[in-house]
Amino acid sequence: MNNTFWLAIVSGVPQHLVAIPLACVIHALFVRTRNATVGVYFLPYITSTVAIAMMFSTLFSTDYGLINFVLSRMAQLPWVGQFFPQNGIDWLGESQYIKPAISFVVFWRYVGFNTVLYLAALQTIPKDMYEAATMDGANAWKQFWYITLPSLKPMIFFGVTLSIIGGLQLFEEPFILTGGRGGTDQAGMTTSMYMYRTAFDFNDFGTASALSWILFVFVAVLTWLTNLAFKPKGGEA
Amino acid sequence: MINTSSHSSTHPRMSEISAYLLVGLGALIMLAPFYFMFVFATHSKADIFTLPPPLLPGAAFFDNLKILTEKIPFWNSLGWSLYIALASTALTLVFCSMGGYAFSMFEFKFKKPLFILVMGTMLIPSFLSMIPTFMIMDLLGWIDQPHALYIPGAASAFGIFLMRQFVMSSIPKDLIEAARMDGCSELGIYARIVLPLLQPALGTLGLITFIASWNNFIGPLVVMRSPEMYTLPLALRSMQSPVDTEWGALMAGSAIATVPLLILFAFSSKRLIEGLTTGAVK
Repeated sequence: MNNTFWLAIVSGVPQHLVAIPLACVIHALFVRTRNATVGVYFLPYITSTVAIAMMFSTLFSTDYGLINFVLSRMAQLPWVGQFFPQNGIDWLGESQYIKPAISFVVFWRYVGFNTVLYLAALQTIPKDMYEAATMDGANAWKQFWYITLPSLKPMIFFGVTLSIIGGLQLFEEPFILTGGRGGTDQAGMTTSMYMYRTAFDFNDFGTASALSWILFVFVAVLTWLTNLAFKPKGGEA
Repeated sequence: MINTSSHSSTHPRMSEISAYLLVGLGALIMLAPFYFMFVFATHSKADIFTLPPPLLPGAAFFDNLKILTEKIPFWNSLGWSLYIALASTALTLVFCSMGGYAFSMFEFKFKKPLFILVMGTMLIPSFLSMIPTFMIMDLLGWIDQPHALYIPGAASAFGIFLMRQFVMSSIPKDLIEAARMDGCSELGIYARIVLPLLQPALGTLGLITFIASWNNFIGPLVVMRSPEMYTLPLALRSMQSPVDTEWGALMAGSAIATVPLLILFAFSSKRLIEGLTTGAVK
């Protein structure tokens, strides 16, 4: 359960922290290449999770994986080198690294989806609001803070809720990355994976069903809470 | 910093250039795994595990394919994946267009509660239905049967909703009434007027259904228990082993599983993105 929450938050929140500015930049700067750019970011969302997870298992491999290779090269650079690890990290073998690895894959997969959501929302913000703000001498940062963000609020609420619900149900990515067994110290075991194992590996359907209901209650409560938290004081979102 | 750059100066400013660079870098990160999937698919296992890892395509693709077909019933799985994806697409299109049309054009008792009930099924998380699905399929004797994968999802709430929206926004009620006046049968109206008008929506829903079925992992994982019935994602996973995974072959298989999606996406990315996100938003 802890794992599930950790993963849901660590993979869910950065998605939005990246997707919102990304959507703003694409919205403001990309005109002709917009569809292609969005397409590239969206691509991971439509491809097979299994293929993706397999791919990342090779990239994350300890001794010969590309990610460790790049990291170790970075470590040899002067100055910035000290921020990078000298030795290869056992991403999928050591319990403390499994979750960041899984989170990255999830993040990578869903950033594009969220960006598209925010782009759609950005298109509905009237242009003259920015024009008026420019007249009043508001700089870009202020415009972003006082116009863009508040206008995006309903969409942020919606997007974050979706991510959390999705994150709590995480199954395929950790299942493949940890070889279906949860990894060292069960660090990559999510609730739905545990449920699957209880039901189909240990043949205990009763316990598994109970688990799924507990998870369901959490999802429902969380949805309700985000609903409360994001609703403006007037009560209309 | 971000928003004004488009309507301020004529010459590109530092912030604008760096924004382009960042977006470009992000795009590279998005594409890199796909690139390496294809590169690794053409290298032997030993080649992949060298330092530095291979960065350019090699020549071992057919060797990998041979290992792949020896280790798992690869062509079988490909066939099942294709068959199930096509069958589920066809059935979904038929049932969802009918359902969506009925919910938007006909008046009948309990229409509202029924519609809410259908939409409510979208809120139920997929893991909740995992065990019941298995038990029902077991009861029906559908374990290891491909129709266990394409029949239950045939009248999906998402599809019905998408169709209903489209019918409401683009098919005028008068047209249906006029056809009815002219003595066209209800089925005739559906087949000769509604379906042709629905074409764009059918295309979108078809694509989404095909992709979802092609990528479906949990569904077959629960229902398909014997290796000769595995769909592609399941078969690929079965190649993964703690001690000795044939990475080259595995990447070749993953690449083959990915190519159809890339082709579909290349031709219809705009439609797909719209369909997938508007479906989520409204």
